[in-house]
Amino acid sequence: MSEPGYTPSRLLHDLKELAAWAKAPVPTGVYGLMAEFSNADDVVTAARQVKAAGYRKVDGYSPYPMESLIHELEQHHSWVPTIVLGGGLTGFLAGYGLEYWSQVIEYPMNIGGRPFHSWVSFIPPAFETTILFASFGAVLGMLALNGFPRPYHPVFNIEEFTKGASNDKFYLVIEAADPKFDAAGTSELLKSLGPTFVREIPA
Amino acid sequence: MASSQISSLGTPVMDPKYAPLPLVAPGHTNDSVTEKIAHMTMEKETPRAWWLTLLVALAMLGGLGTAILGLLFVGIGLWGPNVPVGWGMDIINFVWWIGIGHAGTLISAILLLFKQRWRNSINRFAEAMTLAAVLCALQYPLFHTGRPWLAFYWLLPYPNTMGLWPNFRSPLIWDVFAVSTYGLVSLLFWYVGMIPDLGTLRDRAKNRISKVVYGMLSMGWRNSARHWSNYEKAYLLLAGLSTPLVLSVHSVVSFDFAVSLIPGWHTTIFPPYFVAGAVFAGFAMVLNLAIPLRWLYRLEDVITMRHIENMAKVMLATGLIVNYGYFMELFMAWYSGDFFERYMMKNRVLGPYWWSYAALMLCNVIVPNTLWWKKARTNTIWLFIVSLFVGVGMWLERFVIIVTSLYRDYMPSSWGYYKATQFDWMFFIGTGGLFLTLMLLFVRFLPAVPMSEVKMILPGAEGRVKR
Repeated sequence: MSEPGYTPSRLLHDLKELAAWAKAPVPTGVYGLMAEFSNADDVVTAARQVKAAGYRKVDGYSPYPMESLIHELEQHHSWVPTIVLGGGLTGFLAGYGLEYWSQVIEYPMNIGGRPFHSWVSFIPPAFETTILFASFGAVLGMLALNGFPRPYHPVFNIEEFTKGASNDKFYLVIEAADPKFDAAGTSELLKSLGPTFVREIPA
Repeated sequence: MASSQISSLGTPVMDPKYAPLPLVAPGHTNDSVTEKIAHMTMEKETPRAWWLTLLVALAMLGGLGTAILGLLFVGIGLWGPNVPVGWGMDIINFVWWIGIGHAGTLISAILLLFKQRWRNSINRFAEAMTLAAVLCALQYPLFHTGRPWLAFYWLLPYPNTMGLWPNFRSPLIWDVFAVSTYGLVSLLFWYVGMIPDLGTLRDRAKNRISKVVYGMLSMGWRNSARHWSNYEKAYLLLAGLSTPLVLSVHSVVSFDFAVSLIPGWHTTIFPPYFVAGAVFAGFAMVLNLAIPLRWLYRLEDVITMRHIENMAKVMLATGLIVNYGYFMELFMAWYSGDFFERYMMKNRVLGPYWWSYAALMLCNVIVPNTLWWKKARTNTIWLFIVSLFVGVGMWLERFVIIVTSLYRDYMPSSWGYYKATQFDWMFFIGTGGLFLTLMLLFVRFLPAVPMSEVKMILPGAEGRVKR
């Protein structure tokens, strides 16, 4: 028997499937559990207790940088300084290299009897390129490490979060991917820490 | 008892009697700070004064457009500089604008490194001021070339078909590197500092367009502690990088003069003297912007008298360094024993341009020294007037340095006189229009006071938890 080919009825079937796929609800799953706190004290205490309970995939949210929260969540380590160092060294080599190559190799000119390799005069531009590359390293490094730009994230599914996180509320999120995560037990723990609410975050 | 003497940050607490005024008026919460500041952007009706100022600014900006068109059609002969004064209003105004920008970087970077928490509500618009001032300054090197579309050949090192490269032994090419790096790094610093606040504006946006625009600009910022950790490191490092940068920019600008052999220019005092003058003029401009802004948007709660007074103190301190510079210039001209140096200085003070030197002394020496009195530092109207004097004074300083050194140099046969033309003035007033327009648009569309940083200095921001 030969292949029937792509028949109109097959096309109709595919279109129906496509329509069903488009209409189907977003696959349900749980990203994690979110607890909202109304003040800085509570979120720091909660972060400490959640960490003490052995959770690892925990993140805190605060409307301004909070040294104490970052400390409790053990998120002090950052690769940004290393990237800045790399950027600075690259910038210095690029700047000085450009000067050396253009003034000594490519276009040697006797200007006022100064040596082709006038290293003292080469310092200011090389200094500026060092700063420039290091700064770009700091900014692009920070954005890349934070995974930006990223307009969507499951936490934005919680209505209150989109109003409160950038204004005056504090949040603690335990991800479902945490090995210790169990919907009922984790929820109980969070509820015991004095939040204004605990909610499941749809993935 | 001992524990009550130690704050949550581990720093000793002062007796309240001697403690400085709070940096944010008491009674403010995170929510009220957001309300207060976010309201300044698109959310509330724009004050009528904003529209009136914009009208004036746009009229001035039109002058810049006319001056540029005239320059492009006719040529730079429309400007005043001519032998022997080959550097006139163009470089005076360039140095003036670049200098003004320095206060923004000083506030945002150097005061951050020194943990001066009072910077936290004035840094954002001071940084915006830096960017606007750098853009105004850029007009001069760009258009003094006459045909700016050809300026790439001699400004930027890039492989061109003529096989030419710029001369890296010249301070003028250092200037290109210093100023362009300064502009770019200031832009990065300003933008990075604004990302969290743009997130706040995104979350508060009432219509689709502003939600999308602020959403894109905030890059999906979600206030995560992990992100804050990287963010704080990047911000601190940018401050550390900007600090030597800002000192280098005006030093390099001063090398344009100091490396030459003109009497009055060839001195070693120029780099620190220029940097202090830049900060002096910049703080004057910050006060000239902060005082009306504070009044117009009722920001007395976040830009308190303590902020205003601190800025006045910095202005006084840098002003005294500048005054020392004036004194040293006089002293060194005499002490050097050099005939031309001595003549230059005598001619600068008593020659045909005596009025500029006298006005300089009035604006930069006499008037700012009233800030020794607390009454003068806390009277916003007087402070505004002093700042205007300092702005004019720093302009005069550059005029005095540039013109009175050039117009009578070694050869009396080549002496001359410099007079700015109407096009020079139109261009200068036009850059003022550009500056004002940019600042007004900034205040209207972007958070002029950093919300997240003000929240950091509210009482109890870190929680009371002991480490």
